[in-house]
Formats: sequence, structure tokens, C-alpha cells
Amino acid sequence: MRVPPKITQVIAVTILGTATLLTVVILVFIIGFVLSKGLPGVNAEFLLSAPKDMGRAGGIFTTLVGTVLLPLVAVIIALPLGVGTAVYLSEYTRETQLTRALRFGTDCLAGIPSIIFGLFGFIFFVVMLKMGWCLLSGGLTLAIMVLPTIIRTSEEAILAVPKSYREVSFSLGATRWETVLKVVLPNALPGIVTGVMLAIGRSIGETAAVIFTAGSSLRMPSSMFDSVRTMSVHFYILACEGISDEKAYATAAVLIISVLLVNLAAYGMMHRFISRRSK
Amino acid sequence: MRINGEKIVKYSLMLVAFSALASLLLIAVFILKEGVPFMFKVGLRDFLLSSDWNPQAGKFGIYPMIVASLYVTFGAMLIGAPLGVAGAIFLTEFVPTPVMRVIKPTIELLAGIPSVVFGFLGVMVLAPMIRSTMGGPGLSVLAAAVILGIMVLPTVISISTDAIAAVPNSYREGALALGATRWQSVHMVIIKAARSGIIASIILAMGRALGETMAVIMVAGNTVKIPQALTDPVRTLTANIALEMANATGLAREALFATGVVLFVVIMILNAIALSAIKSRVRKK
Repeated sequence: MRVPPKITQVIAVTILGTATLLTVVILVFIIGFVLSKGLPGVNAEFLLSAPKDMGRAGGIFTTLVGTVLLPLVAVIIALPLGVGTAVYLSEYTRETQLTRALRFGTDCLAGIPSIIFGLFGFIFFVVMLKMGWCLLSGGLTLAIMVLPTIIRTSEEAILAVPKSYREVSFSLGATRWETVLKVVLPNALPGIVTGVMLAIGRSIGETAAVIFTAGSSLRMPSSMFDSVRTMSVHFYILACEGISDEKAYATAAVLIISVLLVNLAAYGMMHRFISRRSK
Repeated sequence: MRINGEKIVKYSLMLVAFSALASLLLIAVFILKEGVPFMFKVGLRDFLLSSDWNPQAGKFGIYPMIVASLYVTFGAMLIGAPLGVAGAIFLTEFVPTPVMRVIKPTIELLAGIPSVVFGFLGVMVLAPMIRSTMGGPGLSVLAAAVILGIMVLPTVISISTDAIAAVPNSYREGALALGATRWQSVHMVIIKAARSGIIASIILAMGRALGETMAVIMVAGNTVKIPQALTDPVRTLTANIALEMANATGLAREALFATGVVLFVVIMILNAIALSAIKSRVRKK
């Protein structure tokens, strides 16, 4: 007996819809669960006082500082490299074997798991260059990790700038570099900022690559060569060593909110960029 | 003079453009340089196929970790791939566009939830559930597979949705004009047309699951043993690296880099397959 196509369709759509609903429910549950358990422990004092007794008491202030500084260092290093690469690929060369190799390198780098970055950063920056566990080692490692994100988003943003803009600039006698600097980059800026935000979001949430390169000191860093502990690393240590579930939940809540806010800002930026383009 | 300035800019930009490729090569060289000599020192067979892991005694068999990584990754795919692809099909074909415009970014936003948070939820919610219903310690192959399956959902959904949305509308119209129902047009025409993109999303997700570290350390239990049941604790390749890194020196540290080499090679192969699947789709169009 053959099932009528209409009925098959109803069955199929029901299954697909249930699967989608399940996905959304799981993801919303995760955020809801962490926030409901964590938010009661979050207040100004928690955010602004330093951790005491390994994190059993006190707040998360020094880890908050680490979470701001480390992605900042990473982005300061990766931004010129990433945007420079994107400008070269889109404005200064045609598709050749070389550009294909460069793009392939970027794609591969994007697929490397963070533990490999941690392993590399540890042996190269921490041990071989004798920098030790510090802000700079961690920042350099993260910079390599987020480089593909910045290259891709910047390139997309640059390619979205209409050709006519460049032609007008050239016809006014501007050189290629002047055109890039005064016409292309300013118009691609929102897209580039989106990439930077995504890179910051990823850096904030990263643990494996950070713990082996930036260390986990709870002291306030005073130079690039001091070890820092980010919120993710702090949360991992609190949770894994069973130091304090209550503080762990509160830290997780702050962590999730920070990452979501940064990513939301990135999407908002991208949306504005796209809607301005299509005008 | 001006021409010269332009040349300098061009060549410095070219130099900068090598940063990503150079970093990749630097990473590859360092991991290989530290890891490969060790493999030959210990012997490939004793490294890859022995179940005896005891760095203090000079035993470095990572076979249980390889098996564990495979189980956990495939388990994650069994959960993540069908759910993710189903979600992608539903969102692109059976939901009005405005609704999809809300749900898809929401799901992508969730890709940003740090892996340690997933791991923590695995410990606090999932592991106790497994312990009370199925026995065992709770921290297990099953827990790791479920958590990873959830973690890869945004990857699968996001890339599959793009692939399905890229199928030309004329395909849908053609199928519907021939009298097919929506579902028939989806499973007979659209899924076939978007196949390579869907496969790419699953392979990329596989690479992510295989490479995930912190969440797995928290929920897999980390015992070096070939699992006999879904509820047995295991230690994956990534967990092995992260757990022993802190206090490993000499030969033991080299062993971790050798573990890294295995991971690196497998993930590079997976990525190459996924990338070529995506590229062939682009070329076909």
C-alpha cells in the first residue's frame, strides 16, 4: 500500500518541525539555566572586587580585566595583518596560484582546534621565545587564532564596496593606495568592525588556547609580561576543581552575557552595513 | 617618487598577506618537529596501537584515546547531524522567511556560548541524569557525545541553511509544477542539489567535535580505557593533551605533541574534504 504524498508530507514536516523546536529549546534552556542560577550571585561587588581564597570568595574583577586585555592585545596584533591581507587579496592582485594558496592557508588555519593553538603557543612563545605565561604570549596565540575571521569578514566588506567608488577615485587622480585608504576602507569599516567583534567574542570564550599561553594568575597584571586569568579560564578552574559552584554559576552568567552582547553588537553592525549597502 | 611609494605599499601588503599561511606552516612545523621524532623513537606501532599509557614508566600507547575520540565524535554526529540538517531544511523550506530571519541568527549567536559552559552543564545536568537512569559514573562517552552533538548544531544548521537557500528557485518551481508536494520537492530535488554543502557542514562539524577540548575534559570522565559501554568514562586525544600538559616534561611532553600530530593530521584531512566539497558546489553553479 502506498501512503498518499499529502500524508507523507504532514509526517515529514512534523518530524522536521519537532527537530527544529528541540534544537531551539535546548539552546534556550542552556542560556536560561545558567542565567537563572548565576544572575542572583552577580552584583556590583561581585564584578568589582578581586577574587579571594582562589575564587571561593570575593568577586571576579581581575579576571574581568584579563578578559578585556587579552582579546584587546589579540585584536591589536591581528587587525593590521588581517585587513592588510584582505586589501592585498581584493585590491592588489588577481586570482593566481599564490592567492589560492593564501586563501587555502586561511581556510585551514580556521579549522585548527584551539588545543593545537595552545600547544603551539606554549612551545613557541612561552618556552622557545622564553616569554613565559603572559598577556603577550596569550595575545599572540589568540591573534593567530582569530586571523582567519578578520581576513574573511574584511575581504567580504571590501568586495562589497561598489566598483564605481574606486573608479571615481582613480579618475580624480588618486593612486591605488590613496583610494584604498580614503575610499575603500572607510566604506568597508562597518564590515571590518563586525569581524573584530566576532574575533573578540571568540577570544572571550576561549579556554584551551589561553590557559597554556596566558597562564592563570589571579594577580592584577602590570605589564605585557604578566600572567592573566580570563573569565573562561577562571570559570573552568572554579568548576573543575570544585572550588565553588555558586561562584562558578555567577562567573558563567557574566561570561555568557559578555559573549552574547559582543556577538549581538557584531550582528547589529553587519545588519546596518547590509541595509546601507542595499539602499 | 610617487610610483615608488605605491610599490613599497604593494610589496609590504603582499608580505602581510602571507601572515595566515605563514602561521599555519609555523604551527605545522613546530607540532611536527616536536612530535614526529618521538613517534619513531617509540615506534609507530607502540604509539598508535598499544593500549598501555603510562608516561612515568615510558609507555605511550594512545590507542584507547584514538578509539575514544572516534566514538565520541561519531556519537556527536549521530545527534548533531540529523537534528541540524532537519532544522536547516525546516527553516529554509517550511517556515516563512521573516521567522527564519529571527531563528537563524539566534542559533548562530549560540555558537558563541563558550565550550566551558557547555561542559559545565554536562557535569551539572546531563551526567547526573545518565547516572540515575543508566548507571555508571555519569561522566561518559554518552555524556560527551550528547554535549558535542549540541555544540555542533549551530555549525551544521548555519552552513546547511546557506547551501539549501542557494538552490535556485526554479528547481522548486519545476518540481512543484510537475505536481510534487512540497516535501517531495524537498527530498527529491532540493536536498540532492544542496548535498555537497550539507555534507561539508557535517564534516566541518566533525572536525569541531574531534578538536573540542574543554567541554570534553569536563564530561568524558578521562579514564584511559577502551570503553565497553556507552556509560563508560573515556579520555579523548584532545583531553589527553590538555590534562597532561601542565606537568609533562621531556619524553612525556614529546608524547603530547605526537598526540597533537595525530589530531592535526586527521583534522586537516577532514577540512580538506569539506573545503573541496564546498568548492565543487561553487564551481558547479
